[in-house]
Amino acid sequence: MVRQVNSVTVADRRAAPPAGSLKDSVRLTGVSKVFGRGSSAVRALDQVSLEVPPGEFTCLIGASGCGKSTLLSLVAGLEQPTSGEVSVGGGRVAFMFQEPALFPWLTAAGNVELALRARGVGKAERRQRTAELLETVRLTGFGGKRPHQLSGGMRQRVALARALAQDADVLLMDEPFGALDAMTRDVLHDELDRICGGRALTVLFVTHNVREAVRLGDRVVVLSSRPGRVIAEFDVPIERPRRIDSAPVAELAAKVTDRLREEMSRDAS
Amino acid sequence: MPANTPPHVDRDVPGYVEKLTYLESLEAPSDQRSRRLAVRAWSGLWPVALAILIVLAVWHLIHLSGWKKAIFPGPGATLSNLWQQLQTGLLWHAIATTATRAVIGFGLAVLIGAVIGALVSRIKPLRAAVGSLITGLQTLPSIAWFPFAIILFGISTTAILFVIILGAAPSVANGLIAGVDYTPPLLLKAGKMMGLRRLSLYRYLILPASLPAFVAGLKQGWAFAWRSLMAGELLVIIANQPSLGVLLSTDQDQSDMVSATAIIIVILILGIIVDRLFGLADGAIRRRWGLAGQDN
Repeated sequence: MVRQVNSVTVADRRAAPPAGSLKDSVRLTGVSKVFGRGSSAVRALDQVSLEVPPGEFTCLIGASGCGKSTLLSLVAGLEQPTSGEVSVGGGRVAFMFQEPALFPWLTAAGNVELALRARGVGKAERRQRTAELLETVRLTGFGGKRPHQLSGGMRQRVALARALAQDADVLLMDEPFGALDAMTRDVLHDELDRICGGRALTVLFVTHNVREAVRLGDRVVVLSSRPGRVIAEFDVPIERPRRIDSAPVAELAAKVTDRLREEMSRDAS
Repeated sequence: MPANTPPHVDRDVPGYVEKLTYLESLEAPSDQRSRRLAVRAWSGLWPVALAILIVLAVWHLIHLSGWKKAIFPGPGATLSNLWQQLQTGLLWHAIATTATRAVIGFGLAVLIGAVIGALVSRIKPLRAAVGSLITGLQTLPSIAWFPFAIILFGISTTAILFVIILGAAPSVANGLIAGVDYTPPLLLKAGKMMGLRRLSLYRYLILPASLPAFVAGLKQGWAFAWRSLMAGELLVIIANQPSLGVLLSTDQDQSDMVSATAIIIVILILGIIVDRLFGLADGAIRRRWGLAGQDN
């Protein structure tokens, strides 16, 4: 495994997490996942080892079919690995999907509040926290709207507020902005930076957009396809705030893309 | 027009109050909404009115053609007969009896169907055991149960209610099971990640998610209940208890075609009214969920 360290340690670039947050890393050790049995079995992940230190924003990138989503499901505990070990360091895990996955029978506020209710938060506090969270994602005044009355970007904001409502230590994001237009995505990148910067969140962000990965991540992990393996890691020493169209982002994205191409041409031959 | 910038109105000009009232009326949302409601009501009503007119016209033409002239009544005679019957207590008494049976029978069917549906959707072995039995019962014409019910309960209201329940409960149960089965997997994942477990998962996610399918099941169950009830009232004739079925049966005995047709119209209208109620419930859910595609 090649680890391409560019400079500066991760801890320098993000404020130290406040006390009481996740102490331990999210850790995958020799994780493999096989779907099906016998001749039709598909090996989605093969011997993946990965460590995400507390408070780090890690982007996972790879061509489709590299088992990125499977990896998140394993960390979320929605699926069990065929072999190997997954540990989230005892922290709570929240998940954001490519679709907002909001409950259509609830209002935006109702969706956020349900996440609080599931954690057993009392009624008065729920109302207050919901208002705060909607303010955090800049949706004050939209709490009474139902999901179908909101735009795609606003729905993902609600989904983010709902994920934050779970008070998780680890936030898993599976291409959450993949279905949005470039403008909206760009705005949400800034929002995500702002929101994560103020919290001790460990983020595992899956995307197939290299620039998005470099724009957001403290580190970019490249996975190979069928089976998924970690083939390279890039630290991202670019100072925040970042812009997706800035030269340093483009430069590093080009390096990551080269590595991905290398991998794909190896696949094709 | 923003509320805090009043329109410039010259107070000295004659007609000042009228102008102001007019401007205010433009801002009042309720006025606009009621106007929209009237438009909507009209756009829903005129096709129905037209359809009724066409049916009456065709009916009248058949009557004029002289087909089975001696026994086939025209719309004029039938509707005036219906009007006369509506003045008597007998028809209203019959409607009340039938409606009461429908409400009790369908209510019990919903209760029983929902309990069975909830159990079957939750417990896997139970589903394997009785899942296909429920579908089988649903397709079994409920009128076939009457000999069984009459032997069991005699000529009684209980026999009728029994058949209504057997007719309607499977549809209600299947509606709920389908709703639970088709809860979108992504929402289930989201719910589990939120920490919803067991009962809370049912209460906050699966039950609301299955509401549209459940309402569809209720609607279908109602259709079966109404048919079973009509069949039951024709077969199980209880003395001194006038019902729509009894009135029809009496008309048959007396070869009173005009009255029989009038009663059928009553039954048809009752069925349409209840169907409309289910339609309203369904529409409300669709709007709430954003499935109607005409919101905002």
